[in-house]
Amino acid sequence: MADANAGANTDGQVDVIGHILDRDYLEVPFLNAHHLIDGRFDLPQLEPILGIDLSLTRHVVWMWLASGLLITTLIACFGRPKLVPTGLANALEAIVLFIRDEVVLPVMGESGRTYLPFLLTIFFFILYCNLLGLVPYSATATGNISVTVALALISFAVTQGAGIANNGLFGHLKALVPGGLPAPLLIIMIPIEIIGLIAKPFALAIRLFANMIAGHIAILVFLGLIIMLRTYWVAPVSVILAAALYLLEIFIGFVQAFIFTLLTALFVSMAAHPDH
Amino acid sequence: MEFAYLGAAIGAGLGVIGAGLGIGLLAAAAMEGISRQPEAVGDIRTNMIIAAALIEGVALLAEIICVLVVVTK
Repeated sequence: MADANAGANTDGQVDVIGHILDRDYLEVPFLNAHHLIDGRFDLPQLEPILGIDLSLTRHVVWMWLASGLLITTLIACFGRPKLVPTGLANALEAIVLFIRDEVVLPVMGESGRTYLPFLLTIFFFILYCNLLGLVPYSATATGNISVTVALALISFAVTQGAGIANNGLFGHLKALVPGGLPAPLLIIMIPIEIIGLIAKPFALAIRLFANMIAGHIAILVFLGLIIMLRTYWVAPVSVILAAALYLLEIFIGFVQAFIFTLLTALFVSMAAHPDH
Repeated sequence: MEFAYLGAAIGAGLGVIGAGLGIGLLAAAAMEGISRQPEAVGDIRTNMIIAAALIEGVALLAEIICVLVVVTK
């Protein structure tokens, strides 16, 4: 979360939308001498390649930081696994065990072990992005619709891949429509099932995106009330409420990563074993 | 064009009503199920979270559309 000052100017307005949009600079504390608190670090811009602008933006940078931090912490903790993990390794192992024993195995059965590395990668990547987004001056990569759509497309590809790998291409397509239906009903059912097929990754993407956006907007609006109302007297209430929402956001960061993983596991399981 | 704000605000509220009713009914049914069969708490919890996530997804879609109305007004 970048701080409330970043989007504020002197006429008591708080730029809520600008706060959550992607930008081509990083917000850095104490960089610029003219602004006592806020500075900008302009990111290098690239020429468009084949008409696609691949320049760095702050969401990209924070997504890379999340990936880097994820790899670093996991290698530091489990590079040389100990029989009894300590410290951070202990906490991470508890999360891994929770995902394996409470999410993947009950939903997918023993065949879930094949998909466990993928599901854990998705979970930890979303979790790190969500939590890094809560650090002041940072940006939430999962609060960008492109990132969540990409994640949902990966989930969609794995789902279809699992269905085709388990049932063959024809069996997979056949399993999309419930068996034993009279032929005229198929005219209605096939479009509905195709819509349902697309709606699943769409809902995954929208859910993660909207949850991240909503929490950050709520925190910013509570802090922005001080600027909008132009009085210091709302500050204690605002700060307390914003702090409470902040704690709620940490929880939501975990819950959304968990739900994304759970639903991905469920969809993969449904595609792989369509008869139950 | 000020009615766009009004429409978006009313739409956001209606979306929340729907989601609140849905998740409330869902939680009530889940609590009842747990109190009737405490040993099934794990299964009920998992299925409740899945259903809640689906309800929430629709509600968030409504809220996103309301935000879009304001932003693209």
